[in-house]
Parts: sequence; structure tokens; C-alpha cells
Amino acid sequence: MSEAKTNPPLLELRGLEKRFELDKGFLETLRFKGGRITRERRQVHAVNSVSMTAEKGEVLCVVGESGCGKSTVARLVAGLLTPSAGEIHYDGERIDNRTRKAMMPLRSKMQMIFQNPYASLNPRMTIWQSLVEPVRHHNPQMSKGEVRDRVSDVMRSVGVDPSWSKRYPHEFSGGQRQRIAIARALTVDPEFIIADEPISALDVSIQAQVLNLMLEAREERGLTYLFITHDLSVVQHFGTRVAVLYLGAICELADTQTLFSNPKHPYTRALLSAVPQLKDDRPNHIRLKGEIPTPINLPKGCPFHSRCAYARDQCRMEQPKAVHQPDGSLVACHAVEEDWPRD
Amino acid sequence: MSLLSVSDLTVKFAMRDQTVTALHDISFDLAKGERLGIVGESGAGKSITGFSLMNLLSKPGYIDSGKILFEGQDIAGMNDAQMRGIRGNKMAMIFQDPMVTLNPVLTIGQQMVETLQAHRKLSRDEAEQIAIVKLREVYIPSPEERLNQYPHELSGGMRQRIIIAMALLLNPQLIIADEPTTALDVTIQADIMELLLELCQSNKVGLILITHDLGVVSQMTERTLVMYAGRIVEAGRTREIINDPQHPYTQGLINALPQQTLPGHRLKQIPGNMPSLTSIPVGCPFSPRCSYAVDHCRTTRPEPISYGTVRVACHEVNRLHNDTPDQEKQA
Ligand SMILES: Nc1ncnc2c1ncn2[C@@H]1O[C@H](COP(=O)(O)OP(=O)(O)OP(=O)(O)O)[C@@H](O)[C@H]1O
Ligand SMILES: Nc1ncnc2c1ncn2[C@@H]1O[C@H](COP(=O)(O)OP(=O)(O)OP(=O)(O)O)[C@@H](O)[C@H]1O
Ligand SMILES: [Mg+2]
Ligand SMILES: [Mg+2]
Repeated sequence: MSEAKTNPPLLELRGLEKRFELDKGFLETLRFKGGRITRERRQVHAVNSVSMTAEKGEVLCVVGESGCGKSTVARLVAGLLTPSAGEIHYDGERIDNRTRKAMMPLRSKMQMIFQNPYASLNPRMTIWQSLVEPVRHHNPQMSKGEVRDRVSDVMRSVGVDPSWSKRYPHEFSGGQRQRIAIARALTVDPEFIIADEPISALDVSIQAQVLNLMLEAREERGLTYLFITHDLSVVQHFGTRVAVLYLGAICELADTQTLFSNPKHPYTRALLSAVPQLKDDRPNHIRLKGEIPTPINLPKGCPFHSRCAYARDQCRMEQPKAVHQPDGSLVACHAVEEDWPRD
Repeated sequence: MSLLSVSDLTVKFAMRDQTVTALHDISFDLAKGERLGIVGESGAGKSITGFSLMNLLSKPGYIDSGKILFEGQDIAGMNDAQMRGIRGNKMAMIFQDPMVTLNPVLTIGQQMVETLQAHRKLSRDEAEQIAIVKLREVYIPSPEERLNQYPHELSGGMRQRIIIAMALLLNPQLIIADEPTTALDVTIQADIMELLLELCQSNKVGLILITHDLGVVSQMTERTLVMYAGRIVEAGRTREIINDPQHPYTQGLINALPQQTLPGHRLKQIPGNMPSLTSIPVGCPFSPRCSYAVDHCRTTRPEPISYGTVRVACHEVNRLHNDTPDQEKQA
């Protein structure tokens, strides 16, 4: 127990921020306002002060609507983007300020599976070449036979048919390609997987195969996942903890079970109500009204106020802080904090 | 007259060393304003079906035989010039991958204006106004600013919403949507699905929705086709197919959903994989993965028969209905 306490979390994000410049050239930043030329830069505030941790063996899920910054968080953690502010720690060491070269030893431990299976495979390599390459790269000492066995094992377990080996990515359907991409990530035996919508493009039965595989990999090798998805039934099944992101900020962070049995933030509630139900065709979907704000002009106050049924003046003025709830969840909402009457 | 009537559609791929069949004798009708779902695992032939209906198959794929009647005209034999009046205009397709439709070097506005002006006599200003209205309909925030942005500057979900807006630009009769919301989060998905539903209902627009999300099919469509290895294995009213699936494959698809298993437990996956086109089993194509299969199933391919109100291609459907499936016995 005491040892577990002294161990740092495998992944820790501290006040992570990412802003993208919208205006690339100097001239684009010039504006004519009130009779004078001024210089004005517009930025996309993609990720705003995100702090969270993932313990070893955990499946930390990030959910939220399109454009809320999920992929940006994933790309920051994977070192594909540099944070504008904040820190990323991996296994107790700060990694966000490392050079590409200094990141290299981490590359095989940390694998990323992308949202878009079309982009992640080299179109000029056969499936076999794509799968063998990372194993060779990270394990120069392995014999040809060992490499072949490793790759064949993973292929079998992810449902990549051996007869696909000699073919090229364009010959496969979207789902088939994503399975190949997942196989590619697993071949180097990583300890941490950043998966950005890894199974969204897959059909239910392959989703089941891949989720079973990821569950097994977690049990057997203690794999840790940062799992980005918009499929809440998958989160409920697979996740240990969930961070709900809205406009780049965390609005609720809780154990999966707590989040699903007792969602607190109005946005979380709307999100849960929108899951399409199999058996009943009259969903009681909470429709969010109001204009969806853009991360270009971040609203003042609570980021969610423009679409929230409970918003009051305070919400329009003052950004709510993330507050710990008695059941351990973390919620950033004035209505929850001050217990305003809600249905 | 049906809006769309497909009969015995067979599609083949001429590969390097052999010719393979991707679709076998696909037949179905779609009434004006009707909504049809197509489900099945990856590689079942759903997208190939969608491409064929748009006459968009590219080499090495080709329509080998069969008819595709759209408003009574056979599309299957049309050339590109004839298709241009229909595709994008009367029939629109929303693809799985937004980057197939979006041109990376043009702004969103340029692409939308171009599409509109190709089919309608409109000034640039008029076209832009229509574009803005359509972008707002699919909940794109600040649409005026988006017109000047390039596809890569938008999130995956935003791009897909723009694709949907582009499909709606010319008020088509039929929308073929191939996994239109796969990349979207549930709230936007629910909104877009409601929007598509509204649009189809109020303007009597037909919809063919290709998806692997049975929840979406359940909420959006009136009828469903279940495809396996390039064939329709079950077809009927969506409600009946979801509530009381007849084909063991359809049952397997529904049982594999995370909702059907306790959190953290192994999901009930269908054993094995969809066969590739070069190795489709003889007999019933599903037989190697089917827990009900008997000898007969491995030698003779079942033809679709009517069972209650659905059509099912399964030899054992009667036995299946009297027996309790193995999975349920264990549960
Ligand atoms: N390179 C970039 N330049 C400018 N803006 C960007 C860039 N990359 C992302 N953005 C913006 O940052 C915000 C967050 O994007 P991100 O891709 O992280 O969203 P997401 O939550 O993954 O969405 P989705 O569910 O659609 O994939 C969006 O508003 C997006 O337009
Ligand atoms: N250009 C091609 N050459 C050869 N085979 C192809 C080609 N395109 C598709 N196929 C094959 O045709 C079959 C059907 O593919 P299709 O894209 O229709 O599947 P799908 O049901 O849409 O799957 P997904 O859910 O993954 O999108 C697959 O076995 C696929 O490998
Ligand atoms: Mg994303
Ligand atoms: Mg497809």
C-alpha cells in the first residue's frame, strides 16, 4: 500500500494548455478598427488548463463533443504537439519539454492509435511490411523468426487475416485498415497506449474483438490506456475513469461507475441522454439549445453557459472551479457546487 | 413507383490474378421518403453497395449484372455525363471519410459555392448565403468564418458536419450516408440524426443509412438489410429485426454490443472473421462461424425465404426459433 502511494502516476497532466494561431502571416493579423490599424491575433483555445492523472493499469477515457480538444490532448501526450503551457509527466519524469531525440526511448513504450485509419498506414508498404517495420526498429536484436512469430501472433489476435500480408492498405475497407493499425501498435509490446477513437470505425463484432483484446492486454501486461472516444457504451464497459471535456476544459472527472450512475454536470447528463438506445425508438434525449460557442472566442464565465438550462448570471460572469464531490468525482459547475434546484 | 429499385445487383472486382464477386444478387426497393439501414461487419459490402448505387465504382470494380432503377431510369448502364445530372443533385452521398469529399487546397466556402454553381444559376453571393444557411443547419458555429477556413483547420467532427451540409446543398431526393456520424460524439450525432430524420420526413427524402451502429439504425430507419459476405442475409422491418432477430448472424451482431454484457467482462464476440472475397466458404457463407450450423449448411447455400414478416437466408431458421440459443441457455 505504502509503496503504491510513493509511486507517481504513470501519466500526469498539470494545467495543460494548447492554443493554435489562426492567423499565419503578419498581414493577416492587421485589423482596421476605429480609424486605426491594430495588430490582433486570433487563437483557437483547443485545450484549457487540463489536469488529470492515470495510474498504471488504468483506462482513462476522455469524452466530449467534436472539437472539444480530445485529439489535441492525445497529440500533446504523444509528443506530436508542444503545449502552450502546463506540464506532462510520464512515470515521474517531465516529458513535454524533451527533444525528439530524448523522446526516442519512450517511443516504443508509448504507442498511439489514430482516429483516421486512412492516414496511419503507409500506402506504399504491404501490410506485412507495415507490421514488421516497428518491431525491427525497436528490437534490433530479434531474429527474423522471432519477428515473424511476434507479428503473426498479434495479427491473429486482432483478426488480421494472414492472407492480407502481401496486399496494400487501399485494398481494405475502413474497418479492416483500423484493425491493421491496432495490430501495428501492439507489435512493439508497449506499456501505455494512447488511442484516439480507435474503434469508432469498426463494426460491433470487431469492436468486441478489439475491446476484448485490449482488456486482455491490460490484464496480462498491465497496459495503461488513454482512451479517447465518443461511444459512451464503450466507456462504460472498458473505462476505469472518465474525463468529460467541454471546449477544452474538464467539466466532470469521475470513476466510470460513479459517472454513469450519478452524472452531475448538466453537460454530462445531456451527453448520457444522447446515447442511441437499441430497443426503444422514443429517446428522452436532452436537446442542448443555444449556439455552440467556438474555441476561437472563448466565452466568459462557464464555457457551457450558452447551452445550459440552469445557467444564471453568475455562470455568465465567473468560471466555475472544479470541486471535489462526496463520491470522489470532480465537477466544475456553479449549480452543482451551490446545489441550485434542478429536476 | 419506387424511388429506387435494385434487382439482382452483382458487383465484381477484377484483381491481378482472378475476378472476385463483392456483391451477389442484391435486391431491394426504397419508396419515396423511406429510410433504410444497411448493417453488417466490416467488409460485408455495405460501402460497395453505396458506391454502386451512385455509379461510383472505380476500377477494378464493376457492375457485372443487375438493375438499379432510380425514378424508373437504369443507373447501372449510365455514363459519366448522364450521371452528372443525378449524382450530387438528385442523389447525394455522405462518405465515411470526409477527406474523400473535401478538397484540401480549397476553402470550405469555395467548395460549397462551386458545387452550387455547377448545378444552379446562382451568383457568388447567393451561393454563399445558401452555404451559410446549410452550415448553420448542421450546427457549425460561426459559419461565416468557416467559409474561409481550409479542411485541415477543422476537427474531424466538424469536417463531417460540413460534408453533410454539402450533401444537403441541392435538396436531393435520396441521400446515401455511409457511416455519416461515426466520427462524431453522441450529442452531435443525435442532433444530426434528428436533423436528417426531420429533413427526410418533411421533404420526403429517401435515406440509405450505412452503419454498424445498431442503436442508430434502430432510431433512424424503417427497414433494415443485414449484409454478410456480399449478400443480404436478413431483411425486414427494423423494429422486428432488432427485437427478434432471426438470422444467427444478426443475433450475433446484437449480442456483441457492450450493453449486452456486464462492464469489464468479456464481450460476446462472434467467433472468427468475415471471410475475404477470395475465400468465401461454400454453402452458407456464415456457416464456419455459426453455432447452429449442420452439415447441410456447409454444402448448400440457403436462399432467402419469408419468415414471418422478414426475409432470411438460413436453413435452420425454423429449428432456431424452437430451440433456445446456446448463449441464452448459459446466461
Ligand atoms: N492545427 C490546427 N490549427 C488550428 N486549429 C486547430 C488545429 N488542430 C485543431 N484545431 C482546433 O482545435 C479544436 C480542437 O480540435 P480537436 O481535433 O482536438 O477536437 P476533437 O475533440 O478531437 O474533435 P473530434 O471529436 O471531431 O475529433 C477545434 O476547434 C479544432 O478546429
Ligand atoms: N478496390 C478494391 N479491390 C479489391 N477489393 C476491394 C476493393 N474495395 C473493397 N474491396 C473488398 O470488398 C469487400 C467489401 O468492402 P466494403 O468497403 O463494401 O466493406 P464495408 O461493408 O463498407 O466495410 P466497413 O464497415 O469496414 O466500411 C471487402 O472484402 C473489401 O476488402
Ligand atoms: Mg478528434
Ligand atoms: Mg464501408
